[in-house]
Amino acid sequence: MSRSWMRLRSLRRSAYRQVGNLAKIVTDVVCPFCGTLCDDLEVALDDSGEKILEVYNACAIGAAKFLHSQAEDRLTRPQMKQEDGSWKEVTYDEAVEYTAQMLIDAKKPLMYGWSSTSCSAQSVGSELGEVVGACMDNTATVCHGSSLIAVQDVGIPSATLGEIANRADRVVFWGCNPAHAHPRHMSRYSIFPRGFFTGKGSKSRKMVVVDPRRTDTAKMADIHLQLEQGHDYELLSAIRVAIRGEKLPKTVAGIPAETIYEVAETLKSGRFAVIFFGMGVTQSLGKNHNIDIAIAVTRDLNDYTKAAIIPMRGHYNVTGSGQVWGWQFGFPFCLDLSRGFARYNPGDSSSNDLLIRDEVDAAFVLGSDPGAHFPVGSVRKIAQMPSVCIDPHITPTSAVSKLHVPVAFVGVEVGGCAYRMDNVPIETRKVVEPPEGMLTDEEFLTMVLKRVKEMKGAA
Amino acid sequence: MTDYIIRNGFVYDPVLGINGDIMDVAVRDGKIVDAGDVTKATEIDASGMTVMAAAVDIHAHVAGPKVNVGRNFRPEDKLFNCNVGSGVKRMEAGFSVPTTIRTGYLYARMGFGFSMEAAMPPLYARHTHEEIVDTPIIDQGALPVFGNNWFVLEYIKENEVENTAAYIAWLLAQTKGYGVKCVNPGGTESWGWGMNCETVDDVVPYFDVTPRQIVDGLIAANEMLGLPHCMHVHGNSLGEPGNYGVTLDTLKIAEGHKPNNEFGRESVLHHTHLQFHCYGGESYASKSFESKSKEVMDYVNSTDNITFDLGVVTLDETTTMTADGPFEFHLSHMNSLKWANTDVELETGSGIVPFIYNPKTFIAGAQWAVGLELGLLVKDPMKAYVTTDAPNAGPLMRYPRVYKWLMSAKAREDMLNNVLKYGDSIRARCYIGELDREISLYELAMMTRAGPAKTLGLGHMFGSLKAGLEGDVAVYPYNPESDTDDPEKIEYAFGNCATLIKGGELIIKEGEVVSNGRQKRTFWVNAKTNENPVVERDISEKFKRYYTVTQNNYTVEGHHYMPNPYVIEVDATK
Amino acid sequence: MPEIEINLISGRTIDQGVSMENGKEKIAYRNACGIIELDAEEFKKLGAYRNTNVRVTSEFGSVVVKAIQATQGPHPGLGWIPMGPWANAVVDPNTYSTGMPTFKGTPVKVEVASDEPVLDAIALITQECL
Repeated sequence: MSRSWMRLRSLRRSAYRQVGNLAKIVTDVVCPFCGTLCDDLEVALDDSGEKILEVYNACAIGAAKFLHSQAEDRLTRPQMKQEDGSWKEVTYDEAVEYTAQMLIDAKKPLMYGWSSTSCSAQSVGSELGEVVGACMDNTATVCHGSSLIAVQDVGIPSATLGEIANRADRVVFWGCNPAHAHPRHMSRYSIFPRGFFTGKGSKSRKMVVVDPRRTDTAKMADIHLQLEQGHDYELLSAIRVAIRGEKLPKTVAGIPAETIYEVAETLKSGRFAVIFFGMGVTQSLGKNHNIDIAIAVTRDLNDYTKAAIIPMRGHYNVTGSGQVWGWQFGFPFCLDLSRGFARYNPGDSSSNDLLIRDEVDAAFVLGSDPGAHFPVGSVRKIAQMPSVCIDPHITPTSAVSKLHVPVAFVGVEVGGCAYRMDNVPIETRKVVEPPEGMLTDEEFLTMVLKRVKEMKGAA
Repeated sequence: MTDYIIRNGFVYDPVLGINGDIMDVAVRDGKIVDAGDVTKATEIDASGMTVMAAAVDIHAHVAGPKVNVGRNFRPEDKLFNCNVGSGVKRMEAGFSVPTTIRTGYLYARMGFGFSMEAAMPPLYARHTHEEIVDTPIIDQGALPVFGNNWFVLEYIKENEVENTAAYIAWLLAQTKGYGVKCVNPGGTESWGWGMNCETVDDVVPYFDVTPRQIVDGLIAANEMLGLPHCMHVHGNSLGEPGNYGVTLDTLKIAEGHKPNNEFGRESVLHHTHLQFHCYGGESYASKSFESKSKEVMDYVNSTDNITFDLGVVTLDETTTMTADGPFEFHLSHMNSLKWANTDVELETGSGIVPFIYNPKTFIAGAQWAVGLELGLLVKDPMKAYVTTDAPNAGPLMRYPRVYKWLMSAKAREDMLNNVLKYGDSIRARCYIGELDREISLYELAMMTRAGPAKTLGLGHMFGSLKAGLEGDVAVYPYNPESDTDDPEKIEYAFGNCATLIKGGELIIKEGEVVSNGRQKRTFWVNAKTNENPVVERDISEKFKRYYTVTQNNYTVEGHHYMPNPYVIEVDATK
Repeated sequence: MPEIEINLISGRTIDQGVSMENGKEKIAYRNACGIIELDAEEFKKLGAYRNTNVRVTSEFGSVVVKAIQATQGPHPGLGWIPMGPWANAVVDPNTYSTGMPTFKGTPVKVEVASDEPVLDAIALITQECL
């Protein structure tokens, strides 16, 4: 009566279950949308196993991502923009050739994105960037870059999301709106779970929301601090003062002193406090300093109770991109590899600054859409230079690029590792096959790398 | 595969009892063979040089989540510490927390063939493995941490050794881990509530077990399974003045446990970075602090089932990182530098704080002394392994400097007289001034090769030049007859090996890295146990209710996490 | 025509997320993101009905979006355009040496532009860039 644990695992790992005679259900599917990285989705396929019928457990956005991947009008081959602005289909080989030549010809290409793809693809991309001497940046540059800088200033006392679910009884959402941006965050991790030491679920927690708008998240809070927009630093500083029992002026950032004292007392009196924060603080004036002081509040709280702080990362694998670059180059974003070693200097080696100052001369975009999410002045620069957009979708970026290379959807049509907002790595699953003949990010990058090495060798 | 014959070096191999004889060493098809068995081999001239089996690191933090926090939150660690890529070499960066690429090259330049990542949080196992894949050349394994794991705490509370063992076996298979690491037993779980366990009899909140029970239970489970490596502990109260009593209490738990394995391992308890655990006194001031290395070593020397590594302080600016969360919190309050912490659901925690061991302070010098004393006071060098607990007591690249201090009384005198500001107080409060022992090359080979390989249960593969072992050979530009005049020559030679052959492949040729290695392996241990429905049910319950990943998404598998696995099978079903 | 001055912020909404994943070239994406949310007070000052097209202008650019009643308010003095090319046509691109453009807190003026269309994402970016 003995058997190995390995075999035991493989028996129960059957990720497919049969439903009736028709659909089959793929279980434990990981959602490749946001940094919440839910891993309990179930996807119903038709009996051929090729078509996604339904997506269970996902939020509306996650479901849309899976279902849209099979849209009838999806692009399946690269297209090159013609002189007259029209698009012409080209082969992947031609696309590889154009991309490799563009990267070789450029003095200082920008290789941007890297957040909606797997770590293996990021790793190949890193080597490619190293060989061509690129500036490499990921979407943190317009998202939690401020937080990464702040962590370099003051560190970060943090925890995994399961620690929050099992222990936290004081939960703060600062400048973030999970009801819209991370729709399952509160039910899976932060407010509603009945954890090991939080058996009463939401009843065992006090919820504080800090936001200039009365957001759908704020509407659920025990306390909503509707501060004046852009005054986060002042309010956080006031909370530090209040935690120490020192005197405050009558109002700070539009919030009465009594309320601030009440919030400080609420946090101190908990067994485990957590602050989640988002774009409201990273993108407002003050930027990294707002995060510095939010982290300082967390440090201070640890002198009275236990406290952690967690950034609400956006793309499902922006975190992984920072990790891969961390171990290969030592920095999480804003990499300048053009001198043969890695330099890091946000404000100088960051995408928007490079573009606005005309310091890069080609744009390679993968796994992100700067066309939609950069200020338009930066997008204009991309439009003026040789450019490649590698993205399954048609996007504002692909619209202004010279070459658009559609690829398989990571997490839907190909697996690969992704890092959750708390840095926990989870292997995404392949649910269906990509359309016939389509390449994955990693395959395309590998071909470009090989071609670039050939060209460099010949030169 | 090319065969190699390394001619006329001074060969040191304690396993074979070779002590500096001038001999030839041969490698064929990736393995060591008798020199007479190769015919068309490429010749490497090692005359006037030292030849050893490649070194084995039993404890270093070089891959995984907290290492990467250290890299990403310390851009200053890269300042003036970069190498441009050239030839086959990719770009390198970082001093105390090097990039994975640099870690691989550093190990190669120092003549290493194997490194054990000292602490892998199970939930983050994929991350550790991704970094291992991107670390060139050396073979690696990783030790998952168990000392604060809820399953372990619950089973041990009920004295359920068999269930503990079954759970360990399961977790090793899930995370592709190598053995049992235990960091601040009970203390890190307490840290979940901002508390700690400071002695072996402090009780863990809610779980109601003590560090003593945890260490005892993990040793018992480890031997029940017959794993290649023994239970690997970082005891309670690391770094606290007066902690040596806690250390002795921890070590004494090994009494009554016997090694049970088929790998030739004799130890049941490996105490890591023992330097941090041998402090007397009540504060860090020179009036109070004192070394208790002798008291601890007197005990260790009297046992036959305990091994340890040194954790020598190298007096650098470095980055501390450990699964001992409460310690790092404490440290951040001492030096007021940036502090990162991650508590990991149901399993463990960790903290990271930069630290400057300033030779102008008494305490840094005293810590330096304590670490070296342990290496100089050990009777049997097969029990004591050279580490810096990299990067905690010092960066990985400082190993050769530690060898120099161990091998040269002159180098130590120079430190005490000319470098350390409080040399006299350090002589007064520590044992270093009384010790004139100089570790020989033969003993160094025990402390860096034969010993760690044996305690990791890898003596059948690494640590010696015996025919049949892995073809891992290092040649150092050190002439044991004529280079004894200047201790600096030791440091230079052991940081710049002239030749490294790893798994039969030439990695360093005439001092230059010429290959990124084609067959780097990840080692893990697959222990077969009897079916255990209790543990099976507990696992499934915990995943349903308390983990934030599903059980099916916990398992590390896939080519990209381990392109070249080396699995050690253990049968614990009897 | 009256015009009002407000402080503009942007960010995610669930409709923005869903329509983005359904295709940014589609009209649903424009309907989700080519909008500005304003409080009732602001509509009064502007003298405009709900669902009127307005032109939003900052020192960095100008864009036409549809003004709708704030869904997550009140937030007097604040205007909200979901993240996307419409918001990015007017946001403050200055990073002040941090790498991060100042996406939140751009002073803008809003005026009625009922005769001007709200462009879809591709048309908008093409008009702005090519």
